[in-house]
Amino acid sequence: MGQVELMNISKSYDKQKNVLNEINLSIEEGEFFVLVGPSGSGKSTLLRMIAGLEDITAGTLKISDQVVNHLPPKDRNLSMVFQNYALYPHLTVEQNILFGLRAKKVQKEEQQLRLTETAAMLGLSSLLKRKPKELSGGQRQRVALARSIVSHSPLCLMDEPLSNLDAKLRANMRVEIRRLQKKLGLTMVYVTHDQVEAMTMGDRIMVLNDGKIQQVGKPITLYNEPANVFVASFIGSPKMNMGKANFSSDMKQLVIEHEPHIDIDPATVSKRLKEASITIGIRAEHIFPGTPDNTTHHVEVVNVEHLGNETTIAFEIASDLWTAKWPGQWAINVGDNVPVSITGEYLCFFDTESGDLIRPAMAGKSQEVIAI
Amino acid sequence: MTMSTGKKVVFYVLLILSATILFAPTIMAIVMSFMTNQDILTGSFPKTLTLDNYVNAFERFPLFQYLFNSFVVSIMIMLGQLILCSLAAYAFVFLEFKGRDLLFYVFIATMMVPFEASIIPNFHIIRDLGWIDSYQGLTVPFFAMAFGTFLLRQNFKMIPKELREASQIAGMGDFRFYLTVVLPVAKTSLVTLGVYGFLTSWNMYLWPLLATTNDSVRTVQIGLKQLQTQEQLNEWGVIMAGAVIVIIPTLILLFLGQKRLQRGLAEGALK
Repeated sequence: MGQVELMNISKSYDKQKNVLNEINLSIEEGEFFVLVGPSGSGKSTLLRMIAGLEDITAGTLKISDQVVNHLPPKDRNLSMVFQNYALYPHLTVEQNILFGLRAKKVQKEEQQLRLTETAAMLGLSSLLKRKPKELSGGQRQRVALARSIVSHSPLCLMDEPLSNLDAKLRANMRVEIRRLQKKLGLTMVYVTHDQVEAMTMGDRIMVLNDGKIQQVGKPITLYNEPANVFVASFIGSPKMNMGKANFSSDMKQLVIEHEPHIDIDPATVSKRLKEASITIGIRAEHIFPGTPDNTTHHVEVVNVEHLGNETTIAFEIASDLWTAKWPGQWAINVGDNVPVSITGEYLCFFDTESGDLIRPAMAGKSQEVIAI
Repeated sequence: MTMSTGKKVVFYVLLILSATILFAPTIMAIVMSFMTNQDILTGSFPKTLTLDNYVNAFERFPLFQYLFNSFVVSIMIMLGQLILCSLAAYAFVFLEFKGRDLLFYVFIATMMVPFEASIIPNFHIIRDLGWIDSYQGLTVPFFAMAFGTFLLRQNFKMIPKELREASQIAGMGDFRFYLTVVLPVAKTSLVTLGVYGFLTSWNMYLWPLLATTNDSVRTVQIGLKQLQTQEQLNEWGVIMAGAVIVIIPTLILLFLGQKRLQRGLAEGALK
């Protein structure tokens, strides 16, 4: 139950350009599945198609092994939380929560039972008689959640539910939603444009851009082995540092555009790497502070951010601005010439033309193994 | 905002002056309704105040019948307009169908046709239906109102689409959504439109004149006109007494409506 399957789903509004292209996807029961992408990528459209609020132009949508393409939303046995919460302004919190149950003609005693249970779970018991306008943003959010939980639907859809909250509250609600989902065993499809939300909440993430699936996978896989340049730059904060690169003639060095040379072990260079025109990428935390032993480059700092627990510094590499993230506090000023260590084993290699990943960073993976 | 005393004085003098000019005819009517005919015709200040004019107005004419008719007609038109306009506006906002916007513009375009232009075809229709001298003949032609539909459509458009979608997921049909969500949320505009509709039909003159031939359903505005022309020498006192009686319901409605409107406006709007 609660399992969603999308087969070759496409959507177009004007029958010419597809907003969504041939989406194939299977969402498991009890899974927290996150759809993430920049605005206009079609993620909300996809969610609304699952909900039945948008027509499906082509393809098959199955919920619990049943084709639901032409089923109205109410027969799909799902609940949905909207970005603006969609609370009825003229009804009290209690009436808002029970709205769906009344429409479905659930028995009065059952309604009350579910209401008290859900209200207690979300800490709304004392607010039941209030109107939505008398609630804070976080409380409204919880009412919207309660309304979706009280329906006891196995599948819950969320459309950027946290984007109207401030940063602190958002972090709280992330944890709360995640716990609730695990506790109730809900299958969750969650849309967001915020990659931090996606990384912290999802069991699996699908990155969508321009109506096409870029990559589907566990958060950590997306981080370590981004399938293409788009995923690499979208997932992770600060974003992955990228640059076009060529091998030097003796294959021992990599030249990023013209300037910096990076030493590389010729044994690790595959045939495919030699032939393609490549773009390299390196995570900010993989550019280390240089010690007398390992310093490979000296860079001129153009910006420093002191975050207390870590320091990010920005510098120019070729025509791009790269960032390095170092743990701890570093007394660095703008304009300083700082030694750094950039080494070959942390580089991801992408094909410049297609943008696809050729080889992920070798060192990042080995760290993961150690962590386990 | 703070103003210098001199400025204030100028402002208040101007305000009082314009208020007096605007209100003068009404004051005159009210004063004249308490004067004897003799005083009115000589144009002097009232020597005695009397209620005779009011007694006369009720005795000589079926004023109660007229008032009752006016109430029935106005309330029927008001309700008919509210029901039809809100349903039409709902369709224009929440239902998606081909040519919806075009249809709406055609609908709006009818606002440019004055009622006087359609009065003859309307008269033909109610005559053929045998509705002359009946309440439906007086009211039905006014039920469909482009302005009301427009007003409510604009208001319904401010209701977030997500409310409709949330109710769709909850399994609520269009009609129940209309009744339980749209109408309560748009209460303020409905009251506004109701008051507007009531007052317009209360003050209607031409149509009731055409559509009625006897006192049975005739409205109070026609009655007033009859007061004026029945005798050779006009009894202005009686006419004014009738006019004052006629404006009382209007004023009551305006005051009540205003209060409700303010409350409605204050409690609307949720971010």
